[in-house]
Amino acid sequence: MELLYFGDKGWGDELFFATLMTIAVSITAMIIGFIFAALFTPLKLSNNKFLNSIGNAYTTVIRGVPELLVIYLFFFGGSGAIMFVASIFGYNDYIEINAFLTGSFSIGIISGAYSTEVFRGALQSIDKGQFEAAKVLGFNKYIYFFKIILPQMLRLAIPNLSNVWQITLKDTSLISVTGLVEIMRQSYIAAGSTRDPLFFYSFAAVLYLMLTFLSMQLLNRLETKYSKGY
Amino acid sequence: MISSFPKLLNATLITLKLLSVSLILGLFIGLGFAILRMNNNKLINKFAYGYSYIFRGTPLLVQIFIIYFGLGQIEYLRTTFLWVVLKEPYWCAIIAFSLNTGAYTSEILRSAFQTIKLGYLEAGKSLGIPSKIIFTKIQIPIAIKQSLPAYGNEIILMLKGTSLASTVTLMDLTGVAKYIISTTFKPVEVFIVAGGIYLFMTFIIHNVIKYLEKKYGFQT
Repeated sequence: MELLYFGDKGWGDELFFATLMTIAVSITAMIIGFIFAALFTPLKLSNNKFLNSIGNAYTTVIRGVPELLVIYLFFFGGSGAIMFVASIFGYNDYIEINAFLTGSFSIGIISGAYSTEVFRGALQSIDKGQFEAAKVLGFNKYIYFFKIILPQMLRLAIPNLSNVWQITLKDTSLISVTGLVEIMRQSYIAAGSTRDPLFFYSFAAVLYLMLTFLSMQLLNRLETKYSKGY
Repeated sequence: MISSFPKLLNATLITLKLLSVSLILGLFIGLGFAILRMNNNKLINKFAYGYSYIFRGTPLLVQIFIIYFGLGQIEYLRTTFLWVVLKEPYWCAIIAFSLNTGAYTSEILRSAFQTIKLGYLEAGKSLGIPSKIIFTKIQIPIAIKQSLPAYGNEIILMLKGTSLASTVTLMDLTGVAKYIISTTFKPVEVFIVAGGIYLFMTFIIHNVIKYLEKKYGFQT
């Protein structure tokens, strides 16, 4: 157990901060995912064939390709792409992007594809009469979306979004390949320097189980809160 | 881009091998745990629930690392014949994948078994069919049909999961793709080829499942 002491002797504090990092990456990725979902859900529901196929391409490609491959694309390709853009503006030095940003961005794109599907499903299962009634009553766009459609959509989406959260949380373990010090990377470092991989990886599993368990408790509360009204 | 294609195709074979072996093993594990889950004994029930909870609540990467890096640490295991299996990254990956997909499969099968209408079982019983035959000839076929769509998703998730084999030095499709990216620094091109191969496999799995659903699907 002394391996887990806080301070210089143990790995307790390192693992604690690594856990915080995992939580931070997951939340950032989830938010980036929501932004992508907000962009692509309208495309997937659009009647325009071209826009529709863009939306479909996004969700099909991202959900059909391994997460690790997407991470490698952004890890190896990200700084190259940014340097290319910078070189157009006459900046030719090497630019390295922050591992946190690359990680959250690549996981965010993946989580965004799942969120898009969830939002699409939720929007499609709202009764058509609701849209029509809101339009007939002449509500302005703000009230139409934020007061009528969104609350009904969230109620339907939250149970599935908690699944997306679980997937996202587990996917963050893959960012460890880029060197970002989250739970998995920290366990790798600790296992390497103490030669006790069994203990540290098992402890990492326990940390992940704790995170999934606690977040499920929170999300279940949210679910009951939002499913009121019917 | 074109020169890397044969290498990636070769690696695809390893990916497919990993996928098929772990799916077959996972199906047996899943069926076993689904049956345990429906047991009336609370202890057995809890054990099966715990198994699926742990494997579904932790990342696959942690599971592979525990099996590949962790188990080798136990001195006792090194003396048994298990060590022949556990020192090979290939078998470690397969064990991790099968246990992981087994946990998800057990949940899929359990919910399929539970949605079987009681009427079918009662009809079987009142016809005097032994309960073993009710299970193998009525419950299992219905459960398989019920669980096809969810199981199709699980196969695709597992296909993506096999990419993690590259973290334990196996040169599967993702592993080779990463190697080519890091030697040629052409991430976008390699991503397009490797991603295209994965998408093609997902496409085929998706359509096979759809075909099976149509063929074996029934109206209740």
